Amino acid sequence: MQRILYEISESFRIAFAQIRANKMRSVLTALGVIIGIVAVTLMGTAINGIDRGFQNSLAMLGDDVLYVQKWPWGPVEDWWNYQNRPIIRPEQADRLNQIIEDTPGSLLEVAAPVAGRGASVKAGANQINGVTVFGTTGNYARMMSADFKDGRLFNDAEAAGGRQVCVLGFDVAEALFPAVSPLDQTVLIRGQPFTVIGVLAKQGSFLGLFSFDSQVIMPLNAYRKYFGLSTNSAQLRVKVRDKNRMDEAKEELIGAMRRVRGQLPGERDNFSINQQQAFREQLEPVKSGIALAGLFITGLSLFVGAIGIMNITFVSVKERTKEIGTRKALGARRRTILLQFLIEAVSICLIGGAVGLSLTFGLCLLLQATMPSLPVVFSFNLVIVSMIVAVATGIVSGFAPAWGASRLDPVVALRYE
Amino acid sequence: MTPPPAPAVARTVRPPGPLVIEIEGVTKLYKMGSETIHALLGVALKIHRNEYLAIMGPSGSGKSTLMNMLGCLDTPTAGRYEFNGKHVAAMSDDELAEIRNKEIGFVFQTFNLLPRSTALANVELPLIYAGYAAHERRARAIEALENVGLGNRMHHKPNELSGGQRQRVAIARALVNRPSIILADEPTGNLDSRTGVEIMELFEQLYDQGNTMIVVTHEEDIARHARRIVRLRDGLIESDRPAGD
Ligand SMILES: Nc1ncnc2c1ncn2[C@@H]1O[C@H](COP(=O)(O)OP(=O)(O)O)[C@@H](O)[C@H]1O
Ligand SMILES: [Mg+2]
Repeated sequence: MQRILYEISESFRIAFAQIRANKMRSVLTALGVIIGIVAVTLMGTAINGIDRGFQNSLAMLGDDVLYVQKWPWGPVEDWWNYQNRPIIRPEQADRLNQIIEDTPGSLLEVAAPVAGRGASVKAGANQINGVTVFGTTGNYARMMSADFKDGRLFNDAEAAGGRQVCVLGFDVAEALFPAVSPLDQTVLIRGQPFTVIGVLAKQGSFLGLFSFDSQVIMPLNAYRKYFGLSTNSAQLRVKVRDKNRMDEAKEELIGAMRRVRGQLPGERDNFSINQQQAFREQLEPVKSGIALAGLFITGLSLFVGAIGIMNITFVSVKERTKEIGTRKALGARRRTILLQFLIEAVSICLIGGAVGLSLTFGLCLLLQATMPSLPVVFSFNLVIVSMIVAVATGIVSGFAPAWGASRLDPVVALRYE
Repeated sequence: MTPPPAPAVARTVRPPGPLVIEIEGVTKLYKMGSETIHALLGVALKIHRNEYLAIMGPSGSGKSTLMNMLGCLDTPTAGRYEFNGKHVAAMSDDELAEIRNKEIGFVFQTFNLLPRSTALANVELPLIYAGYAAHERRARAIEALENVGLGNRMHHKPNELSGGQRQRVAIARALVNRPSIILADEPTGNLDSRTGVEIMELFEQLYDQGNTMIVVTHEEDIARHARRIVRLRDGLIESDRPAGD
């Protein structure tokens, strides 16, 4: 045991002496590994970033909320079967809440209707376009995933009375009221004045598609008045009491919705129940597909680096054949020689890995500073994983030459000139 | 020890100790394409501790082949080899490495020092393979280098040393693990004659210190230092008798 430790430390000493003695060649070989590690780790940060964005986006949907909609999330082939479904009407939320109340031990807590439209919002000289305006009821407060930066949501009384109050998303508030607090200020939507009673905290964008910060929430009755509800389908959001029993809750909701919509037994559901889980299942393969493809492509550059290491280790073994013979004559075992050349290959990879990782770290800082929207996340795990990858690269690529060296016949090696 | 007045006479002869090496019917064939080269053809030899043996013969007679065999670097095609009473043929690769490390000290014609390591590091090498801790390696390597008269050259690299000094480093390296035998293959072959004489004087001194020496050479002058001379010709032992006869 002692002995193998001495052999390892001796091997590291030899490896570094060897690297120093062949500076140019070592640098060029390490360069291959550096490029490979930079490519792989940059891809790693991108995957990290995508994953984080994905998790954040899913969290915005809420993991204890069921969405009753005309269309299911995800692609459908028989779209005509969905096209003709009757729209979801906001009043159906009231009927649903009645049923929930009447069901003892219901797994559902409360439902809120949500209807939305694009609009522009003005305040004084400031205007912001492309804002999504939502109309909902006070119950919505119980299933919101966003936090309030300031203020609150309207209550049931305000909503029922059709009061002209609203809650601004983070970006809307920033754009319209850069200097003052938006609370109690007035904004114009469709030419109508609304008093701001709340501001949402920053949420970010949903899968990079649309921003959750560019929204305005108002009472459904006000929304109905200025945007109308007749042609446009609304959705119902239903909060579930226990998120560990989502499937049972979904079954209960299907039954309740069929009653609400007066469906006959045997008839196909004319609505879809959507949930975060379904989204996750849709997107997870896409995400891992991107990750796999990315890692494969960048892995190729690391592979090229590994071939460089293998090549240089073969050269090193060839050059020092006589030395290997001498070492064997002095009592080096096969294991000793194997270790020596493996450690030489691993050392170059470790140096390449450390340099590559530092480069990636620098690049990440640069990217985050210049293009904050790019999803790059540098993590401690990445350091560990890439160092393991570097060591593994060294072992894999150094193994064949090191094995060959360890099996050399001492007499043949000693005679080698 | 007091130096003898005339090296050729009045030399110490230590009584032979226990048997170290015993070979019998050792044959070594090399296949070169369709041709078979008989490097050794049934050699028998017994070597005891405290002997000082020269293996002589013209170039190509099989001296180095025999030497590699004795040093457990090579295995015979046929025949029996016992080292300290153990069959070498039955040993694993690691056991052979162990014997080369602990029981045999090699001295090569071309010195075979590691070019980028200091004299001290070169001498420490067998001790690393033997598993000694750093401070002990250092102490023993210094002692070995002082013993060959290189106490003041420990931190020099081979290219900063003369040929004779390099061979002294190699000899210190061969001695440092206190082996049962020293095997030297043409140790003066790459040295001028004056330096060669100095190395042979060092061998004399090592013999007097209690080492068992086997020297391969094709020069009579060198062989004269030994107490026993084995002559090889075409892979066979031609004669085996005390030196001076
Ligand atoms: N590896 C080898 N392959 C083929 N022939 C060899 C090999 N080693 C030695 N020989 C041959 O064996 C014979 C003895 O060689 P060697 O023991 O080196 O002689 P010496 O050391 O006495 O000069 C020579 O004819 C040599 O050519
Ligand atoms: Mg020879």
